[in-house]
Amino acid sequence: MSLSALTIHETRDRLRRGDITARQVTQAVLDRIAAVDGKVQAYLWLNPDDALRQAAAADVTKPLGGIPVALKDVINVTGQPCTCASKILQGYIAPYDAFVVRQLKAAGAVLLGRTNMDEFAMGSSTENSSWGTTRNPWDLARIPGGSSGGSAAAVAADEAIAALGSDTGGSIRQPAALCGCVGFKPTYGRVSRYGLVAFASSLDQIGPLTKDVRDCAMLLNVLAGHDALDSTSVPRPVPDYTAALGQDVKGLRIGLPKEYFIPGLDQEVEATVRAAVRQLESLGAEVVEISLPHSEYAVAVYYLIATAEASANLARFDGVRYGLRVAGDDVNDLYGNTRGAGFGPEVKRRIILGTYALSAGYYDAYYLRAQKVRTLIRQDFATAFQKCDVIVTPTTPEVAFKAGEKSADPLKMYLSDIFTISVNLAGICGISVPCGFVRKLPVGLQIIGPAFGEESVLRVAHAYEQATAWHKERPAL
Amino acid sequence: MDLAHVAHLARLHLTDAEMAQFAAQLKDILGYVAKLNELDVTGVEPTAHATPLTNVLRADEVRPSLPTAVVMQNAPAQDRDLFLVPKIVE
Repeated sequence: MSLSALTIHETRDRLRRGDITARQVTQAVLDRIAAVDGKVQAYLWLNPDDALRQAAAADVTKPLGGIPVALKDVINVTGQPCTCASKILQGYIAPYDAFVVRQLKAAGAVLLGRTNMDEFAMGSSTENSSWGTTRNPWDLARIPGGSSGGSAAAVAADEAIAALGSDTGGSIRQPAALCGCVGFKPTYGRVSRYGLVAFASSLDQIGPLTKDVRDCAMLLNVLAGHDALDSTSVPRPVPDYTAALGQDVKGLRIGLPKEYFIPGLDQEVEATVRAAVRQLESLGAEVVEISLPHSEYAVAVYYLIATAEASANLARFDGVRYGLRVAGDDVNDLYGNTRGAGFGPEVKRRIILGTYALSAGYYDAYYLRAQKVRTLIRQDFATAFQKCDVIVTPTTPEVAFKAGEKSADPLKMYLSDIFTISVNLAGICGISVPCGFVRKLPVGLQIIGPAFGEESVLRVAHAYEQATAWHKERPAL
Repeated sequence: MDLAHVAHLARLHLTDAEMAQFAAQLKDILGYVAKLNELDVTGVEPTAHATPLTNVLRADEVRPSLPTAVVMQNAPAQDRDLFLVPKIVE
């Protein structure tokens, strides 16, 4: 087996025993990328010499010493490009490190390269990238999910030991589910967004994509923490998340929301998820039916709030201080030409929708009403968590779809995030772990916890994972 | 939706083909989000974000920041540490 197939903890153990060197690990991952990325197209940018230099200098006694990690192309690293898969940022070189990058560097990680994504994290398939579509390692005719599709595909194809993504409405969990890896969206405020290019600031959160739950906990240990440079970062101590692993789930109450088992959910996906729930029950968990009555409104709320915030956040791309500039007769013309040429269709659609939802005469009917329904969705979860410790659902309503299948119909694409969006609206945390296969494609089990309930989520995820072998399956490439 | 007006507010030049395509797609999306009107939200407080934090302040002190040369490195047009733009005031 190639070293590229190892998990973080397996790599760490071998490095510390001296069985292998950090340079060998990074070289193995680079070799794997050279062998398969022509097919998968997970990466947008690589600097093998720099990665090998980092590996040679790595201190393997540090928490992530010598571990090669891939970053979604939305997180700034000094001296590296950060295009957000958009033509408007072609040629941009980041002048500073994101908080999470400082943390990774301090922990000894090797920053391997930058992964593909939907432009500005807007999409569910990675087809909205300006630089080409990433393919699902399990079936190259299919999409890997999105928007962190490159990171998920890289981890699933052993083109990285682990990766970072960002999740605004499911962009870590959905691709993790469709590619058969572990993806975690932490509680809003748990991980600083300083240096993450903003999409929807009340929803965005950075998180890990990994090969197993232990790796996820190890990476979260490094990413979490207070940062004065992100005023939404919560000053709360960071526990050792690996301490939550290996505990049993006896007596733990698992909520099953009836609103998530609906027509539109693939029947075989449903059967797979229900089998996972029975597995948790057999491990001693108690299953209780719960209700999240406003679930059916989540997609509508999301596409008003996220687009409204995006329309404001993306105003900064104006051709003046960085990125693409297309000349115009006056300054308004310069803005309009630059943005018209630089943004792709989905980003334009969302900017239009968000601008409209915030515009005079429509603000109350759209944006303000959406914020009020958001409150109802939050209250649903608060009520539910009085009856259960975690909530278990399918991560997605179906397995990975074919490239091109939904790209002509934005609304159809939006509905593929139906089970992940509420977690962002409520500001709580959720993980997706592999729970089986349908028609030879991975299925994800979503485990949702209350705000700062990361340890409960990891505990359940790990107990499930240890009782099954789904996370050990690898695509044949 | 007056698409031309909204595109102007967003400083976004759209081609005729984009205008036609987006008009149809946005009509679908707005039709879908209209389901929020089914709910009675009287007396419900809006949620702007989910953290319990309010008024996060810091001391008003000078701290290190990016050097000017680093900030200017990505500028599409510049002159003597200034960003160049078309003339705004006659």
